[in-house]
Amino acid sequence: MAATQVLKSEWTKIRSVASTVWTLSLAAVVTIALGILISLLSKNEFDKMGDNDQLSFDPTYISFAGMSLGQLAMIVFGVLVVGNEYSTGMIRTSLAAVPQRATFLFSKIAVAAGLALVVGMITSFIAFFLGQAALGTHSASISDSGVLRAVIGGGLYMTLIAVFSMGVATMLRSPMLSLGILMPFFFLISNILGAVSATKKIGRYLPDQAGSKIMRVVTPIGDDTPYGPWGGLAIMVLWVVAALLGGYLLLKRRDA
Amino acid sequence: MARAQTASYRVRMIELEGLTKRYGEKVAVNHLTFTVRPGIVTGFLGPNGAGKSTTMRMMLGLDRPTAGDVRIDGQHYDHLKDPLKYIGALLDAKAMHGGRSAFNHLLCLAQSNGIPKARVDEVLDTVGLTSVARKKAKGFSLGMGQRLGIAGALLGDPRILMFDEPVNGLDPEGIHWIRNLMKSLAGQGRTVFVSSHLMSEMALTAEHLVVIGQGRLLADTSMADFIAQNSRSYVRIRSPQRERLLDVLHEAGITVVESGSGTLEVDGAKSEQIGELAAQHQLVLHELSPQQASLEDAFMQLTAESVEYHAHTDAPPQQWGGGWNKET
Repeated sequence: MAATQVLKSEWTKIRSVASTVWTLSLAAVVTIALGILISLLSKNEFDKMGDNDQLSFDPTYISFAGMSLGQLAMIVFGVLVVGNEYSTGMIRTSLAAVPQRATFLFSKIAVAAGLALVVGMITSFIAFFLGQAALGTHSASISDSGVLRAVIGGGLYMTLIAVFSMGVATMLRSPMLSLGILMPFFFLISNILGAVSATKKIGRYLPDQAGSKIMRVVTPIGDDTPYGPWGGLAIMVLWVVAALLGGYLLLKRRDA
Repeated sequence: MARAQTASYRVRMIELEGLTKRYGEKVAVNHLTFTVRPGIVTGFLGPNGAGKSTTMRMMLGLDRPTAGDVRIDGQHYDHLKDPLKYIGALLDAKAMHGGRSAFNHLLCLAQSNGIPKARVDEVLDTVGLTSVARKKAKGFSLGMGQRLGIAGALLGDPRILMFDEPVNGLDPEGIHWIRNLMKSLAGQGRTVFVSSHLMSEMALTAEHLVVIGQGRLLADTSMADFIAQNSRSYVRIRSPQRERLLDVLHEAGITVVESGSGTLEVDGAKSEQIGELAAQHQLVLHELSPQQASLEDAFMQLTAESVEYHAHTDAPPQQWGGGWNKET
């Protein structure tokens, strides 16, 4: 079983269902549009801010504000890519055609991650440039120190969120269950843990909080986060690896 | 070593050896050993819940056996390079993504096994779905879904084909089509393994029978032998002059079985012969009718002990447990 055959097959699968197009375009549109909106609001608010807030003002990070919502569409994309195999019963047809389960799973994830990376990168660059245009005089330039890293990091962040979701969906098999856990986790629980000082120290090791550090250029005043941008991304990568490993081990052992 | 065993005589065969599947305490498939041979349709028969689908899933490497072994062409399923070229299976007509077109469904399967794209159009034509090839599978009727599943099974031009309850829910035209397809595939020398819970269906298509009940092998026999052994033909007679008739038949060397409510049964004899004997001796007959015990009856008898879900219509309650209770 040549892996290239399976990669081709998975590409056909992913391009031939409507959910791919609508989840990825929703992720891009929401991230970009909300980023522009918040950039515009921030520009108007800037003069009313306190000194600390003005010193902590991070125009690059502000233009990625839409990602908090846009990432939910990325999660749906990741969940559906894997979960639809189970919910439709296609998994039995797929595994009869490709009985090597590692080849099957990692080909599927490679194709979906590749597509998410392309969409994530384009989204990140557009969100940055349109966000900076909206920020006007307070904007950052792509040539400023750390900015290019943050913009590329935004694309990587969206990709990793999608791949993490694929791993979780492989473990749970049900798209509804996966979404029911991932959505509140990323949209609520992570934010709540981050907002309360007692749980903040735990919260910042969660995949989204650690990973989003890469999109920051200016360190907020009084920030004591013990890792840098790449350290944060590495923590997120560990989460992704753990989810994929868990998914693979279960897929390997389970009856289809 | 496994490779060295792949002698030519094992080609196109499915071999099960001691195949067992347990779910906790429950034994779904219990030490099944049999071989499916090429060139004929082999029927895989058993009541609902007998373990047919579980067995088929293990044949395809989807479920892991608790014990025992299945080999396709002498190899384990997951050692087959491009398995769709060895064995094609229809397990479940719904095992596809409804949002994908028929063409793309088959294309992704073909690509995964290095099967050329042109073959997709060929099999769509074979099953008669060319006109709806670009339509989404979720709009398909059960019959069309079944045809698409069969197209997927035929995709790799495999020498072994496996169908799980292929006629379920089909209209008469679809049933007719599937029967002919299976026969022609076997006629081409392929191995065809098809499951059903209907004896009458198997009698029309299969040349060989494997019967299971509660996961155990109950019969592995040719259809001709099964029919010869199990379809009893006899003549039923009722007469007000029963004693005299018994004597007459006895003198003629005909063995009579007395069945309930005063009727007599004569195995094998022709009703004409009995009628003429009765006329010679001026005996009145109220009934003289040739009877044929159906294969369905024979199958019911064979699996009666192992039917998992009884409908308790005509059995008194104290007897229902008998099938499960090994002591009785």
